Amino acid sequence: MPKLKLEDLAGVREKARKATLLREGAGRVKMTVHMGTCGIAAGARKIVEAALREVEEGDLRDVMVTTSGCAGLCSREPMATLEVVGEAPVKYVDLTEAKMKTIFKEHILGGRIVEQYALAVGSERTY
Amino acid sequence: MPHRMHLMVCAGTGCVANRSPEVRDALVSEIAKRGLQDEIQVVTTGCNGFCGAGPLMVVQPDGIFYQQLSLKDVPHLVEEHFLKGRPVKKLMYVPPETRTPLPKMMDIPFFSRQRLIALRNRGLIDPEKIEEYIARDGYTALAKALSQMTPQQILEEVKISGLRGRGGAGFPTGTKWEHVIRAEGEPKYVICNGDEGDPGAFMDRSIVESDPHSVIEGMLIGARAIGARWGVVYIRNEYPLAVQRLMIALDQAREYGLLGENILGTGFDFDISVSRGAGAFVCGEATALVSAVEGRPGEPRARPPRLAQHGLWNKPTCLNNVETWANVPPIINNGGAWYAQIGTEKSKGTKVFSLVGKINNTGLVEVPMGITLREIIYDIGGGVPGGKKFKAVQTGGPSGGCIPNELIDLPIDFESLTEAGSMMGSGGMVIMDEDTCMVDVARYFLAFTQDESCGKCTPCREGTQLMLDILTRITEGHGTMDDLEALEEVAKVVAEASLCGLGTSAPNPVLTTMRYFREEYLAHIQAHKCPAHVCRQLNTYRIDPVICVERGHGCGVCRRECPEKAIFGEKNQAHRVDASLCSKCGTCVDLCHFNAVIVE
Repeated sequence: MPKLKLEDLAGVREKARKATLLREGAGRVKMTVHMGTCGIAAGARKIVEAALREVEEGDLRDVMVTTSGCAGLCSREPMATLEVVGEAPVKYVDLTEAKMKTIFKEHILGGRIVEQYALAVGSERTY
Repeated sequence: MPHRMHLMVCAGTGCVANRSPEVRDALVSEIAKRGLQDEIQVVTTGCNGFCGAGPLMVVQPDGIFYQQLSLKDVPHLVEEHFLKGRPVKKLMYVPPETRTPLPKMMDIPFFSRQRLIALRNRGLIDPEKIEEYIARDGYTALAKALSQMTPQQILEEVKISGLRGRGGAGFPTGTKWEHVIRAEGEPKYVICNGDEGDPGAFMDRSIVESDPHSVIEGMLIGARAIGARWGVVYIRNEYPLAVQRLMIALDQAREYGLLGENILGTGFDFDISVSRGAGAFVCGEATALVSAVEGRPGEPRARPPRLAQHGLWNKPTCLNNVETWANVPPIINNGGAWYAQIGTEKSKGTKVFSLVGKINNTGLVEVPMGITLREIIYDIGGGVPGGKKFKAVQTGGPSGGCIPNELIDLPIDFESLTEAGSMMGSGGMVIMDEDTCMVDVARYFLAFTQDESCGKCTPCREGTQLMLDILTRITEGHGTMDDLEALEEVAKVVAEASLCGLGTSAPNPVLTTMRYFREEYLAHIQAHKCPAHVCRQLNTYRIDPVICVERGHGCGVCRRECPEKAIFGEKNQAHRVDASLCSKCGTCVDLCHFNAVIVE
């Protein structure tokens, strides 16, 4: 390991912080994919993987991807709730990997809610 | 790919002793069995402070707290929560008053009422990975101190903060640093006192095990301010996990160029060596500690000269406690004024207390100075178990004193505790209830200090033995009123004339218990009774004939098991104890299913 210079410290911190962001629940965006038994049966695991891939490939530093249990609307699974700090949470339903990619591009990075995929705006908040 | 869930498994000494590494290994293998290993990261952290509830784990990012985990819980937990998203209620914390589990860590009063500065990284990092310390702003204070501040400016921030030594004496840290800066001699040294000898105190252990870099960074900043080239961490050998994690941390810091020569390319040189204590309480005293590091017997010496002028190898030395050093990086990052806003007028910042004894929530708590004892005992500690009445809290370890119920609204700071006859000490808080005998408590602490007395000065060596003898006789029922007078007189001499803090503070438990619980001493001496029934020689054991016949039907278990054959009776008839034969062992009380044996 090369010895750090003053200016190197920030780079090490940024890189390491990506991993520890999840632990503090501190990020600008939290994407919770609902993964109860209904969600899993509907294919939620592929959706989570797609979300995690987006974070990895885009080298996003302030986005947390996590899972939770069943949200109650089993017929519209796979579902995900997107919470952005300072905004109302949005529930996205009937997801596919392609839709997840779009949500990342449009909503998380672009700041525009993808209305045609959304069920509701402003339901329960976890964050 | 990043993970979607982090399992923060506690591996502080308490949880490790309760087999948390086995639980962690079981989690890792169960998660692999389910194919979840790429999604879920299992992290081993240091001590979370809630040691009575271990082995424990926090699931992030939701902050769900699980306690008292065992191997058999793992498969169900992995399937229910980590796969299907249903947190497991039966593994959650249940507050004593209600029966509803509290899933989130930050809803549990024990955690939510704390304010973490020294323990800022608690449960959030793997102490064996320096990158995780850096991720939480680790070493940014050092970078700031080296590149944007002069040594004088660093000193100023520490002075403004009002930080006082956390090892027990509460000496203003900025002032101490200034003394060392002004002293003449090269090289200068900084020392970290990690001896933590007070029984029941484990704050420093927790900090070194969970966040060793916080201490290293503090020492680096101090060394820069003072102009020291070398540092020593003196840590007791009875903390093997802390020693191990500290060594790993030092190696990693050196690899990254944060210790050694030309640190961060700024030309600053500093390194730290480790010296292990060999089991003497007195070596927590600054001059005795230095003597031990030099390889000489651990005995204190007279002061002046202070360590600041003539310390390690007779050079100017700055010795501070583990917790004091851990507070330095946040003070530099946020400014001394930020720290000074917390706490009271004369006692700034927060303090880590170890809450032990007769309390529901046993563990470590960091709270702002000025919080009341009542809040710590009831809101954070969850009160006294078994519905028993709170009697006293012993603060400051064997050098401290007992504070009774009347003073429970006392705000905790250096001055108020001293006025009440106790002291802050290193932060130990032993809670006592109605079943504690205060005379026995005094005797217990005296037995400790007498044993640990190094023997160099007569007042301590002879005085502690004398006090212990008197107290032992009182607890055995042979005390007299003259003994009380003698006890007070000897106590005053030892307090005034001893060479070091061990001796001067050894009489504190005696003096405070005599001040606030004098009636217990009188009961032992005049009535030959121990009100709490702890001093067995003063107890009388009597069998209630009605209970024995109606409920126990004269079962005879006590008669058969009594080692002195002091119990007489026939089957179906009331048994009785012959007091002249009774050795007061209490076996009959323990064995009687019907609670027919009354202790008086």
